[in-house]
Amino acid sequence: MTDQSARTTAADPASSGSPGTQGDPATRGVVSQALSDGWVVAQRNLIKIKRVPEVLVFVLISPIMFVLLFAYVFGAAIDVPGDIDYKEFLIGGIFAQTVVFGATFTGAGLAEDMQKGIIDRFRSLPMSRAAVLVGRTTSDVVYNVLSLIIMALTGLLVGWRVREGFVDMMTGFLLLLLFAYAISWVMALVGLLVPSVEVINNASFIVIMPLTFVSNAFVPQESFDGVLRTIVDWNPVSTLTQACRELFGNIGPGLPEASAWPMQHPVVYTLGWIVLILVVFVPLSVRQYGRATSK
Amino acid sequence: MPDMIQATGLVKRYKEVEALGGLDLAVPEGRVLALLGPNGAGKTTAVRCLATLLTPDEGTARIAGVDVVADPQGVRRLIGLSGQYAAVDEHLTGFENLTMVGRLYGFDKARARQRARDLLERFALSDAGDRPSKTYSGGMRRRLDLAGALVAEPPVLILDEPTTGLDVRSRQQMWDVIRELVSSGATLLLTTQYLEEADKLADDIVVIDHGKAIARGTADELKSQTGGERVEVVLADSAQVEAAERALAAVAVGEVQVEERTLTAAVTGGAQALHAVLGDLERDQVRVLDIGLRRPTLDDVFLSLTGRATEPDDAATDSTDSHASEVSA
Repeated sequence: MTDQSARTTAADPASSGSPGTQGDPATRGVVSQALSDGWVVAQRNLIKIKRVPEVLVFVLISPIMFVLLFAYVFGAAIDVPGDIDYKEFLIGGIFAQTVVFGATFTGAGLAEDMQKGIIDRFRSLPMSRAAVLVGRTTSDVVYNVLSLIIMALTGLLVGWRVREGFVDMMTGFLLLLLFAYAISWVMALVGLLVPSVEVINNASFIVIMPLTFVSNAFVPQESFDGVLRTIVDWNPVSTLTQACRELFGNIGPGLPEASAWPMQHPVVYTLGWIVLILVVFVPLSVRQYGRATSK
Repeated sequence: MPDMIQATGLVKRYKEVEALGGLDLAVPEGRVLALLGPNGAGKTTAVRCLATLLTPDEGTARIAGVDVVADPQGVRRLIGLSGQYAAVDEHLTGFENLTMVGRLYGFDKARARQRARDLLERFALSDAGDRPSKTYSGGMRRRLDLAGALVAEPPVLILDEPTTGLDVRSRQQMWDVIRELVSSGATLLLTTQYLEEADKLADDIVVIDHGKAIARGTADELKSQTGGERVEVVLADSAQVEAAERALAAVAVGEVQVEERTLTAAVTGGAQALHAVLGDLERDQVRVLDIGLRRPTLDDVFLSLTGRATEPDDAATDSTDSHASEVSA
């Protein structure tokens, strides 16, 4: 008996030596453990990107394609109110659309993880139950930063310009990243619910297509009528787009004043959505992870 | 002394199928228990319940007194699990895999790295330590997985079919590693479909079939339970099988088994029976290539307990299926 307790103590991870770094919820807060374990998992995901860069290449090419397609194919056909070139109007919308689309990456990554042997290792360790999700959504921030940089450069090439100050510009990018992070958690839940990676693209399409197309991302909100106009005005993708256009200075002079409250206060309204999405989907996803792994 | 691993009446159902039908297990400290059974017997399900990867529908299980359902995190601090499907990240190197596990146990960076290096060394993986693990052979991957289970030096080890699918040399290496772990005082539960493996490594054996224990004891106890020794005869000419069968039937306990030119019969009073059989065979001029007395193997045990032989050949595919259905269930 004494022998047993001695062994148990000796085996206790990171025991006496380094209190505070121990995997014990009593000595380490639940949230801080989720963050530190999540960071370890995020590093693991980033190593994969380093080893298999092809994964990233194709995902990063699609925003370039979108910028070019919309700028040159639809650019001539779509009339934008106010004295501004369509390409400049477009970029804010492309930014918003791409970060929403990019969240599919999170869902696919998780769905893939759930089928891998490594998940058994994670599940048998005394680590945070949220770590796999925190890690995945965190490493995808890196992916989103990269795709925003690529899009911005492509945008500059086709004639987009930032006409407000540096702080406004960074606020715009930060808002995009925060929104991307929130949507990542939605797609994390989808990724845990689908039976395989193949399903994830189709499943997320059903949510993402209407969300991005029934918005002002590609056409001005004035071109929608009735119920559709109301949806567009209250769609967070619209307000995110609107916030980007304002912060980057891509709203032409002579544009009619937005009538709906969300479009008048796009930054605050979008932040509200980010908080709401996280409050709802973080617990839902963590719970689903527990369910999916203990059946 | 309380048992380090203790399970009572474990039941786990998947829809209609009962994977575990009330399994009891007990492993005292420092002992090795082998859970022996064919595919689909419920070995992996039992392991996953004990390792907190599955929640049992009924029954209780404790690791060093900690309940797996009430305090899974507590149990995870006590166990090291190594599965039949190596739980390693294929894009990470061996070193990165082990460092990650250490960090997730709450080790600081320096300690996690040091531990990773020590384990790579111990499992003869130092040279391959900086290569992505997907370049590893099956045996190397399995050793890396076992190393992952040992990062925090857990007092209880649970190994699910540690040598399934390994070649003879890798299996021998794995056995050496396991023996070393046991000699250092770890309590171990291992599942296997290799009867030889259970015989070699385990103090106690529980034979499991259809989710229930059908026999338990030491290897010797199980062997004596299935009757005494066997007389085995290999004939030169298959035309003489009937004559040989008659000779064996005279001394056999139960049926004589015939497999081509090899005949086996359980007997009592070994040497005397052998002598009688030899006399009969000589009288009938049966030409014998080989004849001998052998102790029953665990294969004989399984056959006499279940009325059917184990089928290790179907192993890999069957267990993969059952694993997949568990994950998606």
